[in-house]
Amino acid sequence: MSIITRKKSGKKQRAPLSQRTWSIGFLSLAVVIYIFYTYIVPHTSDGFQSQIQTWFPPSALNEALVWVIAALGLNIVVGYAGLLDLGFVAFWAIGGYTAGWLMSGFFNQWNIHFGSESAKVIPGIHLSFWLVLILGALLCAFFGIVIGAPTLRLKSDYLAIVTLGFGEIIPQIFVNGENIHGFNLSNGTKGISPVDSIGIFGKRLGPFDLNYKYMIFVFMAALMVFISLRLRSGRLGRAWLAIREDELAASMMGVPLMKTKLAAYAVGAISGGLAGVAYATHVNGIFAERFQFSISIILLAMVVLGGMGNVWGVMVGALLIAWVNSTGLPALGNEINSTFKTNINFPSYTFLIFGALLILMMLFRREGLLPESRLKLMLHESDAEEGNEAPHDQISEEGAM
Amino acid sequence: MAGVTYKTRQLRRRNIERSLATLAIAGALFWLLENFIKSPTQFTEVTFTGLSNGILYALIALGYTLVYGIIELINFAHGDLFMLGGLFSAHFITLWFGERHSSGKGWGVLLLALISVMIFCAVINITIERFAYRRLRRAPKLAPLITAVGMSFILQFVGLRWNGSGQKTWPSLLPAGNLVIFKVKLPYTTLISFAVTIPVLLALSYIVTRTKQGKAMRATAQDQDASRLMGINVNRTISFTFALGGALAGAAGLLFEQTRGLTSYNLGFQLGLIAFTAAVMGGIGNLQGAVLGAVIIGLIQGWNDGLPIGLGQQWSNTVVFSILILLMVFKPTGLLGKPTTEKV
Repeated sequence: MSIITRKKSGKKQRAPLSQRTWSIGFLSLAVVIYIFYTYIVPHTSDGFQSQIQTWFPPSALNEALVWVIAALGLNIVVGYAGLLDLGFVAFWAIGGYTAGWLMSGFFNQWNIHFGSESAKVIPGIHLSFWLVLILGALLCAFFGIVIGAPTLRLKSDYLAIVTLGFGEIIPQIFVNGENIHGFNLSNGTKGISPVDSIGIFGKRLGPFDLNYKYMIFVFMAALMVFISLRLRSGRLGRAWLAIREDELAASMMGVPLMKTKLAAYAVGAISGGLAGVAYATHVNGIFAERFQFSISIILLAMVVLGGMGNVWGVMVGALLIAWVNSTGLPALGNEINSTFKTNINFPSYTFLIFGALLILMMLFRREGLLPESRLKLMLHESDAEEGNEAPHDQISEEGAM
Repeated sequence: MAGVTYKTRQLRRRNIERSLATLAIAGALFWLLENFIKSPTQFTEVTFTGLSNGILYALIALGYTLVYGIIELINFAHGDLFMLGGLFSAHFITLWFGERHSSGKGWGVLLLALISVMIFCAVINITIERFAYRRLRRAPKLAPLITAVGMSFILQFVGLRWNGSGQKTWPSLLPAGNLVIFKVKLPYTTLISFAVTIPVLLALSYIVTRTKQGKAMRATAQDQDASRLMGINVNRTISFTFALGGALAGAAGLLFEQTRGLTSYNLGFQLGLIAFTAAVMGGIGNLQGAVLGAVIIGLIQGWNDGLPIGLGQQWSNTVVFSILILLMVFKPTGLLGKPTTEKV
């Protein structure tokens, strides 16, 4: 009750302003990073350049942006609508394979070219990157609805399990998809490679045009942020939040549960698809065995760490974890090893780090690094009901009993 | 008027669902019959393997169902506990006691290992509950669920450190060879896993239905506050439930390690998922249901992997999870579960 009144009285006018500051902040950061990598780094000393290559290589930055796009999608499902999805990797895989099918010489029995800058004689389906983005997003939205429609009636934990099941089935279909009644769907574990590079303004990006790719990925991430923010303040977003906070009450108030949840699923899946297509162009190929359960968990950790429901928090969380995962941990580990003369293989600790991160965040800061005010109140509702430290006191009391 | 159309629609839907289910079961029976006619010996052997896998799954599935029944938490870390149990027994038997072959002393070591691994896993499970889940008992459901996923990662890390990143093979103390009845080969290892599992299941059923502690468990599952008022120590009861689940996972770990002779750090994830599917299939929270579901899943998996007309092992998980999803959609309460109404 108090949540609603507070929202009405004070915060309503301040919220858009802070969103605007955040947007401007992030866009200018993106521009600064672009200028830094394009104009400043090539003119610096070799030592500094190699430092940049070990700590913040541009390709790692691009990969982090792919993670951001996917995490923003998962944020809509988990953070906004409160539906735990443990199989998000499925959408990533579907998006990736859309790019693999439509932007490579894989189906060389056909010869279809559209808007792609590749030579017309090369066999295979070669569509424009932008068209494939849309097609991948649509395909994922379709799969999101197909997966969601029968399962969203379930209660939260069952839903988590069913999504987990889908997250296992779809990659397995791609792994085994080399020979489905004689039809080669996915080339099995060998994967589809190479995938066409991105074409823009009549020009194909080469493997070293990381700056252009960076701009495109920033644009996609910004698009997802825009979609997330607009949807959240609209009718649909408010319905999501209502479902997240109390499903039963929301349905009593006339929120159509199935439709609203399906919408969350579809929008989340769309961004998973975008991330998949972007990832395929980033690694220049698509490989079935990369799509493991751990990807779903890493995405979840990003959303949880940053702050469920807060777009900016999720973005920070995703950038941070993606960096730690790709170059941060090895570089940091090497640094520590050389200063303290130790010999610890830091990347082998990723399991521990992610596990501990999830647990500690849940135990001590459930709302994430940059919490969403509304979710914070909800998550601490149980504490507030019984005084601040109620659960602890109660346990010690019972222990003494 | 509107009520009537709603009712007829419900009725029609139920009829369609029933006829589809009948059709599916008939198709499955036909498939089994065809396989049986094609090679009866292989069919029987495969069925027996499936059954023995099924009771192994049952041991793990019971852990899920016990914990879910009492605090409504899907304990994702449970499968990894099973994996650690397997690792512990491999180290206990092969490295610490140096037993490599079936012998009289081997049986004694095996029994000792069974008891120690059960205690080992029970202690881990109690510790996890004490330090992570207990603090989150009143938090929104998403919080303990995510914590459980994190716990699973930590246990996998322990497994990774202990076992290394690859699969490891271990010698088995169980006698090799087969019992041959009418040309059908039944491995001794399978018979022994039956001999271990069935008494364990009977003991569990005795504890839950006949003892005072079991009564406390059932009461706590129904209503924690009311049972607290009745003088039940709720925390101790929940710890006891976790201990039981852990002990079962430990036993399953030992059996798996001894019958298959291998350990791997990511084994727990896969088997845990399958066992969880089994628990859901039988109706989560229902003990008999978990065993039934596990046996059915074991059989389906065995048939799919081993029969001459089947999809083969590489589709094994797809088949199991497709069944889970279909079941969730059409009968979310499981085979033996009771429908629950949401409390406001």
